[in-house]
Amino acid sequence: MFLKKVAIAGAIAGLMGSAAYADCGPSGKSVRILGSDFPAIQAVAGQAEMNCSSGAGEFTINLRDNTRDMMNQALTPNPAEYTSVIVANSTLTQLMNDDLVRPLNDLVEKYGQNLQPHQLITIDGNVMAVAFMANSQHLFTRTDILEQAGVEGVPTSVEEMVAAAEKIRAAGIMEHPIAMNMKVGWNVGEMFNLFYFAQGGELFKPGSAEPNVNNAQGVAALNSLKSLLEYTHPDHLSHASNETQALWEAGQAAMAIMWGSRGGAVLDDEGSTEQVTANTLLSAAPTAGGGAVPAATLWWDGITIAKNIPDEDAEATFAALVSGLNADLMVEHNDKAIWLIDGFQPGPAAAGVAATAGSGAKPYPMIPFVNLMHNALGSELVDFYKGDESAEDALADVEAAYRTAAKEAGFLQ
Amino acid sequence: MKHRTFFWFILPTLSAMILFIALPIVSVFVQSLFVEHEQVLVVSESCGPFGCTETTSIDAEATAALRAESPLGRFNGLGTYFDRSHLAIAEVGEIWGESTGLASFLSGLMDLKFYKALFFTLTYTFVVTPLVLILGLAVAVGVNNLPKALRGIAIFISLLPFLVATIVGSMILSWMLDGEGIIGATLQILFNDPSLSIKASTPLMWIALMVYGVWHTLPFSFITFYAGLQTVPQDTLEAARVDGASKWQTMMNVVVPHLMPLVSFVTLMLLMDNFRVFEPIISFQAEAHAQSLSTFIVSDLREAGNPLYASAGATSILTIIGVAILLTPVLIRTWRDFNAKSH
Repeated sequence: MFLKKVAIAGAIAGLMGSAAYADCGPSGKSVRILGSDFPAIQAVAGQAEMNCSSGAGEFTINLRDNTRDMMNQALTPNPAEYTSVIVANSTLTQLMNDDLVRPLNDLVEKYGQNLQPHQLITIDGNVMAVAFMANSQHLFTRTDILEQAGVEGVPTSVEEMVAAAEKIRAAGIMEHPIAMNMKVGWNVGEMFNLFYFAQGGELFKPGSAEPNVNNAQGVAALNSLKSLLEYTHPDHLSHASNETQALWEAGQAAMAIMWGSRGGAVLDDEGSTEQVTANTLLSAAPTAGGGAVPAATLWWDGITIAKNIPDEDAEATFAALVSGLNADLMVEHNDKAIWLIDGFQPGPAAAGVAATAGSGAKPYPMIPFVNLMHNALGSELVDFYKGDESAEDALADVEAAYRTAAKEAGFLQ
Repeated sequence: MKHRTFFWFILPTLSAMILFIALPIVSVFVQSLFVEHEQVLVVSESCGPFGCTETTSIDAEATAALRAESPLGRFNGLGTYFDRSHLAIAEVGEIWGESTGLASFLSGLMDLKFYKALFFTLTYTFVVTPLVLILGLAVAVGVNNLPKALRGIAIFISLLPFLVATIVGSMILSWMLDGEGIIGATLQILFNDPSLSIKASTPLMWIALMVYGVWHTLPFSFITFYAGLQTVPQDTLEAARVDGASKWQTMMNVVVPHLMPLVSFVTLMLLMDNFRVFEPIISFQAEAHAQSLSTFIVSDLREAGNPLYASAGATSILTIIGVAILLTPVLIRTWRDFNAKSH
């Protein structure tokens, strides 16, 4: 839905011819960017550097793993270590909890001519971030293997996935046809979110920080997950994105719930064989328990500007980063992400995220205490997956662990 | 040595220790007594690429005002130490009340993460420490009995596990043990069971972690004992031989007693290190099966995004107390030996 809008706007902008020169704001200022290291962010930061580094007093880019572990510390001093951090839904919350990013309304007005309204992340009327790409989990399938096992069409629900997996196993093609990111910690928590949201669950009681996972939807979510885990590699509790992508590229899985941002890397001509890439199909995340909402959370990645820096540095940083977010970026980098930018042409790698967003998946919640819940889920559900505890007991443990942390953080009394 | 001279000798070390070890520990303890201010939340509308929703956020100004008033947060006393993530006094009481016997009490206790981690950490410590002591001594005696020409190369090879960074060594072993790795896959073929997985089984994972722990710390005890062996008085050994003692008797009655002070030293170091086991758990991706107090500290400080300082502080202090309790018997023994010698 939103992709179509982007594509049409892009076509119009393409006809009109995009801006030929970049407005980099005040010259001689310092631009220091921090972000996660993946191709889309490399492209955005690289474009900003190409456009604006010649006029800047200082221009540094630091892309690394686990930026969320250090971004708050990096932005706390005055002046902050970085002038911009590239964030996602959950990390924007983390920065806003400590009041480390500034509202961008005036800067958007001055430099945001190329931005689409849906790129602006506004909270209470303040633009706090400018999104440039979307991401979500969705289904990857190997059409050749499904066909070989006699499965018709692409599974659209967990129940169909399980049936297909059983056929593949029974046909002796693969013992473990399903791959999912189930590594203990963040990934275990996130997988629960997917299926809990698909069941219509809410993590918190409305209007409060009280936990709300120990209920029928929570149990149903866990049971959906467990039915899939029957068919995953026995090491699944140590599998995160890198491991599942490797399994997929090695041709050892036939159905996977993985991140849309991995789509490009799976479909490219590196790390895998022609047989795998040619037969990999990206489609919407599966529904569960007869519901209509796909089991996925929608994410965006976007730009923030630090609060504790001189206004002119902030202006130069914003201008530089925004100068790259236009149709020109799409010429070379179209397939690196599901861009929210003007001029994006959705390709096969974007099909899964587009279908998932189109069928009503929920965005990952931006709530100040959601990280605490996510952590509690990530550590306390493991006993259930290992078979040591019932779903109800595990969910009760999650609520107790969350309450302990939320009391310490001042969200609960 | 005169007390005065001793004081001036020790002063630089002592001040560095106070500045960089003692004071930070005091600071950690103080921080563990406080929790965050009550958060001031505002509900507002938030919009983005996926539509608009009602959302909660923190009122930055009100929070800043609260922080300026009392920067440490709200005083919570020892509350954090007794909460569910740590000693869990209330929960333990409840489990005790509900349990039907020791077995059900223990299984209830294992549901609390602190006690579960403590159980693993203590098992690890008490399995790895004696094995490293005994095997280290055995390797040292073996190397010591080699012809001189071979000793250099033997020492180098024996030290290798220690030279490899913990995180790298354990990651290599972790990949080998993986279901797709050389050891994991071989085991699956040998036992003809495609779902056999070391990483999916708690007992196998524990064994793997302990084997790694022994492999990695063995060189430390080996090299210490090897150095000690060079100081065994030759005339005592000769006297033993003249008296007709066998090799084993010489070993047990001359060499080992001579090395006893080193044994105490190595035991102290191993107990401290093993109780804080951390890197192997991370590189083996074993968090599903084994946690230690150190992994909790890291997850409180990093995974939470906005760190839980009180919780991490309390776990740190509890770790120090745990190490102190473990070391007490060894320290008492050393003190007694010292007193016995000086009289």
